[in-house]
Amino acid sequence: MEERRFQLGRYKMQLGLITIFCLVILFFILTSPTVFLRPTIYLAYLTTIPFVGIMALGLTFVLASGEIDLSFPSVMAFAGYVCAVAIDTTGSITLGLLAGLASGALIGSLNGLVVRKIGVPSIVVTLGMSFLIRGAVNLLSQGLGKSLTFLQGTPWHTVLVGKVGGKFPAHAIWFVALTVLFWFILYRHRFGNHVLFSGDNEDAARMMGVNVDRVKIMVFALMGVMAAFAGLIDSFRLLKWWPTMGEGFMLTTMASAFVGGTSMFGGEATIFGTFIGAFLIGSLEAGIVAAGLSGFWTQFIYGLLILIAVTVHTVLRKGKV
Amino acid sequence: MPLVEMKDIHKYFGRVVALRGVDFSVGENEVVGLIGDNGAGKSTLIKILSGVFPPTKGEIFIKGQKIDLHRYSVREAHRMGIETVFQEQALGVKQAIWRNLFLGREPVNRLGFLKLDTAWNETHRMMREMLGFRGGGVSPDASVRTLSGGERQGIAIGRAMYFDANLVILDEPTRALSVQEVRKVLNFILKLKENGKSCVYISHTIANVYSVSDRFVILDRGQVVGEYLRDEISEEELNETLVKLHEARLVRGEEPPAKLN
Repeated sequence: MEERRFQLGRYKMQLGLITIFCLVILFFILTSPTVFLRPTIYLAYLTTIPFVGIMALGLTFVLASGEIDLSFPSVMAFAGYVCAVAIDTTGSITLGLLAGLASGALIGSLNGLVVRKIGVPSIVVTLGMSFLIRGAVNLLSQGLGKSLTFLQGTPWHTVLVGKVGGKFPAHAIWFVALTVLFWFILYRHRFGNHVLFSGDNEDAARMMGVNVDRVKIMVFALMGVMAAFAGLIDSFRLLKWWPTMGEGFMLTTMASAFVGGTSMFGGEATIFGTFIGAFLIGSLEAGIVAAGLSGFWTQFIYGLLILIAVTVHTVLRKGKV
Repeated sequence: MPLVEMKDIHKYFGRVVALRGVDFSVGENEVVGLIGDNGAGKSTLIKILSGVFPPTKGEIFIKGQKIDLHRYSVREAHRMGIETVFQEQALGVKQAIWRNLFLGREPVNRLGFLKLDTAWNETHRMMREMLGFRGGGVSPDASVRTLSGGERQGIAIGRAMYFDANLVILDEPTRALSVQEVRKVLNFILKLKENGKSCVYISHTIANVYSVSDRFVILDRGQVVGEYLRDEISEEELNETLVKLHEARLVRGEEPPAKLN
């Protein structure tokens, strides 16, 4: 029996992304060697990138299933608020975290239910949900933030956002661990298989016995949990919750997934691409500013990178074996 | 006792009546040719039998056992040994061949993780032994979109062959196939018959249906309008019967309703 062979050609997209990432970092090293030849900037990246990255992992599943979610930045804030209030009322940080994650799962499931059981397109449902949740957060909190300084030094704070060895941010390890887990679920688990087929050819999936409604609702719930988790660790890290939390994360999160090579059309997604994509997108701003360009350049270069990346991905996909 | 018996099956899609009181059965080790014009309700009928959707009204018996239609599903049909090759092929073209072969019945461990080696090796074996794939030049990792129409159909049929069903339903399996490929499909049906299995074969090509079927059931506008054993009717007569139905419809000025899938 012939063995499954390792073929380098199958990994050209991944190799391409790593090359681009290296080139970008090389460019930054050349333009501002004082910043990019020291570890500080990289540790700063590991502090900021996981929030976008963790949500981009969830979004990768949503895109793989052929749907879209626009509500995750609001879910970040909502889950953070639920967590803060739950800690206030129960006195238990564990319960607070669980409540926060559960609220994310609940909102995600609601998104999924409306999309699948009523038949409203996901872009519309999650847009509405985004405003609804943000509005609810503002109403409940009266627009006021919450201080969470009492979390400092608690076991959960250390586990979630502490510094390993005094320097290395714990949530970067969470991001890496979740990336590995999500890779296995998408490519090596039955659920991931069903997600890919639901996004690729929904009718085929149904005709072969896949419960497409359930799969997609679970994917939205998963996205909700990931957004909630990002919101929780962000609140923990800054020891503060504020009602506009998550604003500004929408486009960078989407850009991470798309630059990584995940398709808008469903059925094709890359966890590794999203991982590298998050680092690419997340490293640009600091690098651009360090290079002496004004911050105004950031968006322009984001746009350039996204357009180039999606063009290359599309061309590569057309010639795919 | 027939292998499968469908009684008084009705199906409405909104206000469109697709089936009205169809009785349909398949015997043990019998090949049934299901024929009729576009929109006659053939695909609707076999999708009900395959568990894709329930009938609006009616009963199904499998091996004499009454099926609870609220619980009946594709999974349940698979479990009871009913395999279907759908007209639409039901393939995810962006996915690897091995993923398509095992879609909905992935070999997994207790945690639900795929047994990759099993799936891959079985796909490889099936592609060589059953399908005679381009001398093994195609890898199970290739995505379905890189395959020709005939090869795709081969995967869809191979999937039904692989799971060793008691009843194989083939909905227009020879569409877009070359003459040799059609021959392969017909041989597959004959082999099913030899091995004691049953088959429902839907096709517009009467010559093909006639050559392999034991019995013919003609559907027209959601009703059974004719049923013949092969000994009772010649290929020409069968053709004439269909032409007459078609003409009658034209005389009445009816367009066939839009295709219902």
